[in-house]
Amino acid sequence: MTGLAADIDRTTTHAESRIIHPLWVRVSHGISIVAMFVMIGSGWQIYNASPLFSFTFPRGITLGGWLAGALLWHFAAMWLLVVNGIVYLVLGVLTGHFGRKLLPIRLRDIVADLRAALTLRLSHDDLSVYNAVQKLFYVGVILAMVIVVASGLAIWKPVQFRELTLLFGGYDAARYVHFFAMAAIVGFLVVHIALAVIFPKSLRAMITGR
Amino acid sequence: MPRIRKTPPGVDPKLLIKDAAKLLPDPARRNFLRGSASLGALALLTGCDIVDGVSAENVLRRISHFNDGVQAWVFNPNKFAPVYFESAITRPFPFNAYYSEDEAPEVDGDTYKLEVGGLVDDKKRWTLEELYALPQEKQITRLVCVEGWSAIGSWTGTRLSEFLRRIGADTRAKYVWFVCAEGYSNTIDMATALHPQTLMAFKFEDDVLPVKYGFPMKIRMPTKLGFKNPKHVIGMHVTNKDLGGYWENQGYNWFSGL
Repeated sequence: MTGLAADIDRTTTHAESRIIHPLWVRVSHGISIVAMFVMIGSGWQIYNASPLFSFTFPRGITLGGWLAGALLWHFAAMWLLVVNGIVYLVLGVLTGHFGRKLLPIRLRDIVADLRAALTLRLSHDDLSVYNAVQKLFYVGVILAMVIVVASGLAIWKPVQFRELTLLFGGYDAARYVHFFAMAAIVGFLVVHIALAVIFPKSLRAMITGR
Repeated sequence: MPRIRKTPPGVDPKLLIKDAAKLLPDPARRNFLRGSASLGALALLTGCDIVDGVSAENVLRRISHFNDGVQAWVFNPNKFAPVYFESAITRPFPFNAYYSEDEAPEVDGDTYKLEVGGLVDDKKRWTLEELYALPQEKQITRLVCVEGWSAIGSWTGTRLSEFLRRIGADTRAKYVWFVCAEGYSNTIDMATALHPQTLMAFKFEDDVLPVKYGFPMKIRMPTKLGFKNPKHVIGMHVTNKDLGGYWENQGYNWFSGL
């Protein structure tokens, strides 16, 4: 992290001490919701055209109507996802946001917090501080996003980016990686949304900042 | 998945869904309306004014066109698609078309004459015998279908770039348009047409191209999705006008490069 950016971020945090999530995090989060909604919905429709497993996604929860429609949505929303993702990652590093909020993640803390969470004794009093399980989840989903984008690129351009495709074990393997990265993100979303519903305060903080 | 049910201000959801559905062929349109497909349209179009003509279809088409440009820019004429050993060939190689295998057009090889037109010096028609006499090379590459699956096949034929040179084609032209016996057609960019791996394929696995794989000639481009590789080609035109294609006109991305 650069000193100046961190100072600005800290100053902002200090000046508006009640702000739990800075504006750029909230805007990026909002854009992510739209992008993920379109990418996953259209991705399921694309999957149905040539399923990797013995199941398909019910039409009602897919986006695009048919393969071409889904592809149009997918390759439009990808820009939203990628541009938003890059801005988020750059700002996260430059402002020191990641360093302060998401690190360090210690195994000891994870075990302790997981135990507390499962026995419903995990504190949520201070929304601006993440517990170890949250940190693990958020870092995990960021990694899953990076993998889903990279494997998507490997499937989209297996000739122009053939080295990347090779990194994923070839074209066919990259499709599986893309699928499992999506599954990991969907798994995260299920827990994430459930918890946001259980703790509406956290949802409010992500919308209004307070 | 969260379900966004709020309609953005100034957007009539009924109008929006109608616009979004225009893009789809008829059976899909009904499903589009029934499914949650329109929700994404609403989410993405927040703030756009439908009355001004900005419809979901137009937005998506425009982005797809933008993606054509990005892909043309990413396309490296010196980048080769991976080639494979004979042992990697997918057997049986899948048949795929918008018609069933027994509906594949039967072209008479004896009377076949490839029609050449547009911005070329020599518009003489080519018999199969003359085409077979051209220099040929074998290539084992992966065919990637727009549906997602892929298969490795072996095609033998003449480089399209070599053929274009022989007919005196204006290679500064933007496109090459292919016409097929069954009424299929598509247009490709000149850069791909000139790629060394782009072949006029006459053989599949060392045998004369079977009817199901596109007898007498398939344009094989390992740098493009399968549907951009026309079968049963009977005509070829060098042009500066994008004449579209069977699937492209229905909404598939035009460039569809790999």
